[in-house]
Amino acid sequence: MALLEVEELSVTFRQRGRRTVRAVDGVSFSVDAGEVVGLVGESGCGKSVTSLAIMGLLPRQAGVTVEGRADFDGTDLLRVDRRTMRDIRGRDIAMIFQDPLSSLNPVLPIGRQVTEVLARHRGLSGEAARREAAELLDRVGIPDPTRRLREYPHQLSGGMRQRALIAIAVACRPRLLIADEPTTALDVTIQAQILELLKELVRDSGTALIMITHDLGVVAGMCDTVNVLYAGRVVETARRRPLFTEPRHPYTVGLLNSIPRLDGGRGERLSPIPGSVRDVLPWADGCAFAPRCSRQVPSCVGGPPALVLTHTDRSYRCVNPVPPAAGPATPADSGTAPAPTAGGSAAGETRTTAVPAAREEESA
Amino acid sequence: MFRFIVRRLLQLVPALFGLSVLLFIWLHKLPGGPESAILGERATPEMRAAIRENLGLDEPILVQYGRFMRRLIRLDLGTSISTKREVTTEFLERFPGTVELALTAMLIAVALGIPLGYLAARRRGRFLDHVSVAGSLVGVCVPVFFLAYVLKAIFAEHLHLFPSSGRQDPTINATRVTNFFVLDGLLTREWDAAADALWHLVLPGLALASIPLAVIVRITRASVLEVLGEDYIRTAEAKGLTERVVRNRHVLRNAMLPVSTTIGLLTGGLLSGAVLTETVFAFSGIGAFVADSISHRDYPVLMGFIMIIAVIFVLVNLIVDISYSLIDPRVRVR
Repeated sequence: MALLEVEELSVTFRQRGRRTVRAVDGVSFSVDAGEVVGLVGESGCGKSVTSLAIMGLLPRQAGVTVEGRADFDGTDLLRVDRRTMRDIRGRDIAMIFQDPLSSLNPVLPIGRQVTEVLARHRGLSGEAARREAAELLDRVGIPDPTRRLREYPHQLSGGMRQRALIAIAVACRPRLLIADEPTTALDVTIQAQILELLKELVRDSGTALIMITHDLGVVAGMCDTVNVLYAGRVVETARRRPLFTEPRHPYTVGLLNSIPRLDGGRGERLSPIPGSVRDVLPWADGCAFAPRCSRQVPSCVGGPPALVLTHTDRSYRCVNPVPPAAGPATPADSGTAPAPTAGGSAAGETRTTAVPAAREEESA
Repeated sequence: MFRFIVRRLLQLVPALFGLSVLLFIWLHKLPGGPESAILGERATPEMRAAIRENLGLDEPILVQYGRFMRRLIRLDLGTSISTKREVTTEFLERFPGTVELALTAMLIAVALGIPLGYLAARRRGRFLDHVSVAGSLVGVCVPVFFLAYVLKAIFAEHLHLFPSSGRQDPTINATRVTNFFVLDGLLTREWDAAADALWHLVLPGLALASIPLAVIVRITRASVLEVLGEDYIRTAEAKGLTERVVRNRHVLRNAMLPVSTTIGLLTGGLLSGAVLTETVFAFSGIGAFVADSISHRDYPVLMGFIMIIAVIFVLVNLIVDISYSLIDPRVRVR
């Protein structure tokens, strides 16, 4: 039984004088208790809007329409009243944001920002709340926590701020944690530490984690299941390993090919996906990725491609998928992704055979 | 903090010195002088010269300025040319009324302006927002004396809800301590006198509040809108905090920074701008006295008035700076 079941979620922004934007267009995915699920895609593909819609944090104003379902433990989060949602937020579902400096209130001490969530959901106050806050800071690896509690966000380093935000998020031991690009604003060395911390926390507490990222390295290091998003829709869902070894959707293949690899031959060029997310076809008229796709065939246009279920935990939305075993393979035994350490000559070869074929079709 | 305050107060000295030199020369070089006001148009040159000599206005301007400064150091502002009384005595009698009125106006403006600005921002683009934005535009545009007359006509003369003039009902025989009538009533425990003085402050206070109220609504609205778009407000919402906590602890606290600066800047304008309101409500503050002093070229009164306004202005803005550093830890004064 899934902890969170998102079904056909769509978010539309309508503003007078501007083009109507369908930022999320029928996203479906599910998260099991204790599972780490990745939402991956380029900027603008609807990852963040999806998470904000689940959290009920989209601006409540005319012109913003949210449709579909998001069942969390039997409650549809999209239909729950505002008071109940405030009870759920921070207690059952918590969120970590991208930019730790701007996500902390500059005029409140760190301690206050931790204790206020303890006061709201766990009824702790005064000394008890302070002690718990210090413990939380200690748990996320902030040294000298009692002193840090009195300090303000600007007195902390970027990594410390993100740790503080994580402490706030895990303060009430939520069952689901949503991390929206939690490492994008941080130094590379700090990134690894923060990811390690997140992994540890969710493992120890059994919290489910939705990891929103554009970084396949993060996915490879953390996620059990990966959802690849394109233009507001999930185009491929797979367990981590099959996604890297046998990607079926051309967009997933494109993403994997865009990653620099140490084992790629010297002087070999990266093959980025041509065009940008803005060159989309409305899903109603066909596959949104078709204009940028190297495997485009006539049947791509005319209607949205159906979801193809290969077997459990595996689905993609493509009429002309990449044949199995033709994608950029990562040696299955390493299990770690196309990160610089991964690879072997075999991998490089499989990839070089797949890519030129794609290029021919593109130029044709 | 203490050193910051001392340093700011010391900075006041050169500022006041420069201001006094400029204004002293400028005032005395204006065409016409007190002798014209005293003697009228038909006076002979000899009579004018006699008066000027009598007032010491025939001496070189530097000598006159030196005399002014020597007195100022002893906190003596000289004698009024038109009333022949000590300027400090005149001010002690009249300034409290104006200060009371300005404080009332500022309290009204803040107490109404911040909630209105906040609500307008929260309901951006909806009815209340449009009303408050349009209303604040009107508030800035309508001349204060016109608003004062309208308020007086409706609420005092037609509905008889408030007194139409003065600072205290003449039938009340109140004891004077500080000349702040409300404060006097509280100090001497003459509650009816205090309430009556407060009652007299409502209409002129409202009239004078119109411009600061409009400005505060606009600044608060803009500032709240900006803060609402900040990531840390989203974080606060993600924590599931109640609306009240999000509003008071997160939105308003951050949004108050530009508002407090504005309040400081508006205060000086209120003190010197109370003249018209005081005139309409026959409110015995400093306003009419200073206005007369301008036409009489009553140099000592004018110089004293400007000096005091300058000091108050600097002090108010010092308080604003201190409160700023209390709100925002990133602005630590040293």
